[in-house]
Amino acid sequence: MSASIVDVFLNWEVISRYLPDILGSLVYTIGLAVLIVAGGLALGTVLAVARSAGSRPLAALIVVYVDVMRTVPPMVYLIIVFFCAPYLGLTLSPFESTWLTLTLILAAFIEECVWVGIRTLPAGQVEAARSTGLSWLRTMRHVVLPQAIRMMLGPITGKIAAITKETALGSVIGLTEILGTAESASSNSGNPSTLTVAVVLYLMIFVPVVVGSRYLEKNWNWKT
Amino acid sequence: MAYPILEIVGLQKRYGDNTILKGVDLSVMSGELVCIIGPSGSGKSSLLRCCNRLESVQGGQILLDGEEVTRFDIDLNKLRQKIGMVFQSFNLYPHLRVLENVTLALRHVKKLSRKDANAKAVDALTKVGLADKLAARPGELSGGQQQRVGIARAIALDPKVLLLDEPTSALDPELVGSVLSVMKSLKGFGITMLVVTHEMGFAHEAADRVVFMDGGVVVEEGPPQQIFNAPQQARTREFVGRYTKGH
Repeated sequence: MSASIVDVFLNWEVISRYLPDILGSLVYTIGLAVLIVAGGLALGTVLAVARSAGSRPLAALIVVYVDVMRTVPPMVYLIIVFFCAPYLGLTLSPFESTWLTLTLILAAFIEECVWVGIRTLPAGQVEAARSTGLSWLRTMRHVVLPQAIRMMLGPITGKIAAITKETALGSVIGLTEILGTAESASSNSGNPSTLTVAVVLYLMIFVPVVVGSRYLEKNWNWKT
Repeated sequence: MAYPILEIVGLQKRYGDNTILKGVDLSVMSGELVCIIGPSGSGKSSLLRCCNRLESVQGGQILLDGEEVTRFDIDLNKLRQKIGMVFQSFNLYPHLRVLENVTLALRHVKKLSRKDANAKAVDALTKVGLADKLAARPGELSGGQQQRVGIARAIALDPKVLLLDEPTSALDPELVGSVLSVMKSLKGFGITMLVVTHEMGFAHEAADRVVFMDGGVVVEEGPPQQIFNAPQQARTREFVGRYTKGH
């Protein structure tokens, strides 16, 4: 047996040839992930606050949005965004399409987490803040959200880890992030070793995220 | 000259078909310490919570220093700066330090600078004997200390009336005394207080006036000597008797 598993999946010759390209693609994956987290957290929090504002129609609309975003596979939305945007007069690059799609999806999950956090907070917290004359919005910002988000930090970072790794979907619309680059390298070389590299890189990026989320969940609690 | 700072006239409060307050009349003079006593379910807490409109009001009027609290278009955020509230369960903000618990409203409601807010908060915390706990988290404090932070948070805004809703009911017996003595010292600073309490000893000794509520109405009010030693109403006699027998 000359073609051992090492030759197929850990072929150093192939790996060293394509490694610079793959490492270059890291920028896209990490940059995209950071922007998705920023956008998703911001939009998700705004939606959760809007949902608690007391308007039933608005709350219902947000629930519909959240459910729709969570139930359809992300890839479907990505394709819709990428291929439909031009008809709306928008030309979105693969990077922009992937960012927008995953931000909208992450926001739905974050909204759900933050909403649960808001609902779980004892009513006395809001009463105390309002009794000192703080407006509803300031109460949300200074008293409710800091506690709701910390309470739900575990689930929130879990969703972040789950959605940011979907940046790999960008490869289907030609985004040169890690998976896309590794995949085209493997078809060019006829050897899947570059995919092994992709696996290692994904582990290097997302294991810290997952471990970090577990750490935060454990250590961000405080006695009341 | 003492004048009525808080006037409650014919106050009615309903939850659905359940009438909690059936026309309550009560006035509190400036600088006065008034204790409300009565069995649970008598509407004491609801009465307090109507005064800063944490609860809606279905009938009657509340006037704070001549201003109608119960008007439908009143600016609640402005009103609430003038009425401090202390809660049975403290309701401190667990994610903020003691100092920040007190400065939050000073900074974002009174719009004080950080420096001025801190100075005012330290002053309030000194009054409750916690000037050495500024950097602590609420969770690191005893219940009695937490409630004193709750009091500091309320008095830092210089309210015209301080409402205290069973401030010692959630405390271990050995911690009750520290909170009660802080309340007595606040009276020395001229702070007007309306207190719902089950501490009959405190009401007897420290209150200027005691109000006995039962079934959503004020049954009897008067100086503590009258309520505790010579109650005029049979229901007052029965309630007070139950407490004094226990001692």
